[in-house]
Amino acid sequence: MILGSINPAVLIAALMVAATPILLAAIGELVVEKAGVLNLGVEGMMIMGACLGFIVAVNTGSPFIGFIGAALAGMALSLLFALLTQALMTNQVASGLALTLFGLGLTALLGQQYVGVTPPRTPKLDLGFLSDIPFLGRAFFSHDIVIYLTIALVAAVWWFLKYSRAGMILRAVGENHDAAHALGYHVKRVRTLAIMFGGACAGLGGAYLSLIRVPQWTEGMTVGAGWIALALVVFASWRPWRALAGAYLFGGVVVLQLNLQAAGVRIPVEYLSMSPYLITIAVLVFISSGKSRASSTAPGSLNRPFHASN
Amino acid sequence: MRQPLLRLEGLTKAYPGVLANDDISFQIGTGQIHALLGENGAGKSTLVKMIFGLVAPDKGRMTLRDQAYAPAQPSEARQNGVAMVFQHFSLFDALDVAENVALGMEKPPALRDLAKRIRDVSEDYGLPLDPYRLVGELSAGERQRVEIVRCLLQDPKLLIMDEPTSVLTPQEVEILFRTLRQLSSEGTSILYISHKLEEIRALCDEATILRNGRKVATCDPREKSARELAELMVGQVLTPPERPAKPKGEVLLSVENLSLKSNNPFGTSLKDISFRLHAGEVLGIAGVAGNGQDELLLMLSGEILSPSGQVRLKGQPIGQLGPNARRVRGLVTAPEERLGHAAAPDMSLTANALLSGAKRKGLVKHGFIDWAKTDIFAHAVIAKFDVRTPGSHVLARALSGGNLQKFVIGREIELAPDVIVVNQPTWGVDASAAAFIRQALLDLASAGAGVLVISQDLDELLEVADSFAALNEGRLTATRPAKGLSVEAIGLMMGGAGDMHVAHEAAE
Repeated sequence: MILGSINPAVLIAALMVAATPILLAAIGELVVEKAGVLNLGVEGMMIMGACLGFIVAVNTGSPFIGFIGAALAGMALSLLFALLTQALMTNQVASGLALTLFGLGLTALLGQQYVGVTPPRTPKLDLGFLSDIPFLGRAFFSHDIVIYLTIALVAAVWWFLKYSRAGMILRAVGENHDAAHALGYHVKRVRTLAIMFGGACAGLGGAYLSLIRVPQWTEGMTVGAGWIALALVVFASWRPWRALAGAYLFGGVVVLQLNLQAAGVRIPVEYLSMSPYLITIAVLVFISSGKSRASSTAPGSLNRPFHASN
Repeated sequence: MRQPLLRLEGLTKAYPGVLANDDISFQIGTGQIHALLGENGAGKSTLVKMIFGLVAPDKGRMTLRDQAYAPAQPSEARQNGVAMVFQHFSLFDALDVAENVALGMEKPPALRDLAKRIRDVSEDYGLPLDPYRLVGELSAGERQRVEIVRCLLQDPKLLIMDEPTSVLTPQEVEILFRTLRQLSSEGTSILYISHKLEEIRALCDEATILRNGRKVATCDPREKSARELAELMVGQVLTPPERPAKPKGEVLLSVENLSLKSNNPFGTSLKDISFRLHAGEVLGIAGVAGNGQDELLLMLSGEILSPSGQVRLKGQPIGQLGPNARRVRGLVTAPEERLGHAAAPDMSLTANALLSGAKRKGLVKHGFIDWAKTDIFAHAVIAKFDVRTPGSHVLARALSGGNLQKFVIGREIELAPDVIVVNQPTWGVDASAAAFIRQALLDLASAGAGVLVISQDLDELLEVADSFAALNEGRLTATRPAKGLSVEAIGLMMGGAGDMHVAHEAAE
């Protein structure tokens, strides 16, 4: 049987690699949406991170500095979004879409000289004997450090939202900005900080694509990863661990699709490419069917502009 | 004389085009329950926002316990022992009770300790609360408890309460008053904002009355009649609505044993509703918010369809007809939510007049709108119902709540309906506009129409209604004549299964 040519350990390892960029972008966007802002510019911020991270890494020779550059680039673009939506009160959907288009265009320009260049290699993390365990070692313990840091980031965001006071304020701002304002919290400040965090995460996700997963720079190389990340946030009903599970599921689908192609199975790959979105639609339908608790639905002030009336 | 806690001297705040507060001075004694009384737009909320640090005054100063007091933000006010229970906008549905409380505190303890303290305080003051429930699942009365407990945990010296009873049943109001009196006897001052005069007379030691941003009087509300207070507040002599006694006419609208599932997942389904509305009758339907009022209105307006024979207008089944067909047959409705339901916020008054008047006034010919005729109709409503607006071209959202309400109700009344159904006709409307709307409804009834008023304001219902019923969890009580009905009796009707309630208490 042809499917026998697929090695499950390699599949899992590849799945984790494929999931990490969208997970990074999604966990950032999750925090942004929890604060009540819908930033559809994830794709644009990712490609900025991919491009700038690549340029910085190539010029400094350090992928680590590249990642920092990517985070800053994503954050810079997200600050533009924050300026538009929080200070100038523009429509969030339109601004987010513009951000995506702007990011794609700008990086096509910036990255022109870098097409075909090889970036410095990011070393695999040496986990000693763990990496030598049969199967598990290959699947889980032979990755670069970014994958593990991403999982740690999910845990940190979960803890932040659930247990920290700042996280509670952020959720409050996203749930009912008028009430938060009346209690004396700074809605716009909280939202701007959340947007910047989202931008940095998206930038890191982009850099993971261009520096580790591919690793190369090509124009428009994110090919929809930002949109999958956005879908993932909804799929996860705004919960960090579900975002992790969802990212691995979506990542799994992507990897499986590649493997099936390689193995020569005759399913049009388009069906698998579609599946993340179909699943998301199914989840949306399930959420809006009204059986779920209030805590698993969208933040109450999501995508509503806040203007202090006094 | 009690020791003054907070003294306001010459507070002035201007917004572009309005002087919201003009040279306001008064003081609140320690342990005093001080009422702040005024119509909508009199400047109450601006004044309170200054005390709570949400707005900075242009002129004037405040002294708290003989110390200069000028909070730059609410946290500073809270540190000084000033706490506030808001009327709207201050709870978070998706967060639990403990988290909601923590958000209102400066230095909250760990959530587990906080939960215990919430339990303790809420029991001390007779306001039971479960700290781990989501606020979105609580009733209006329970939500208010959350806000009060949130304030009490900070051991406030001054507690500001903004219209606290607008969502409560009479029994819940009694519990609240008991809590407030207990607080007052423990030395906490309370600034109580309301326009419900009887409550103020029952509860408060002193009242400051505002009108058009100025202080008109500070007095002892127990020495004034409700009428005197109202006249100070409005600045004119109020005439209670008149209604000549008239015999009941034939049945215009009847609903028989109707059960209907709500179209909103958080709504209340209607259960076995029956009532009859006669010509010339005003039927008042009481009930605390969220007990099926919206669904009842939607069912009558035709926005939710029902089995054909169970809703009848003048004997004809109308259950399967939509809103326009019902309007044509003489049934019009004015829902509670003015912006977005009764009126389209971003359309002009003329366009809004068209939306409900099109069929009955013949404003559309061969698929084309007769704008000239529509504008005449809109102007007629504006003139007759004293809607204060620069013109009919103005967008609905630009009107103040009271003016828009006059327009919306006037628009329906001008259609000369046989039956009108209104939900919360005077919610958030100032006293003179409210009196005007009530009079217009009574006039319509005395002209032979049937009027159904759904309202959470008992005083209003007792003023206008001939007969009376209450909604509780989607059930409607039997209709009783309003005359001679006591507030207690109504409270029990609103609390559900009136007689059972009494039996239950006796058994305890």
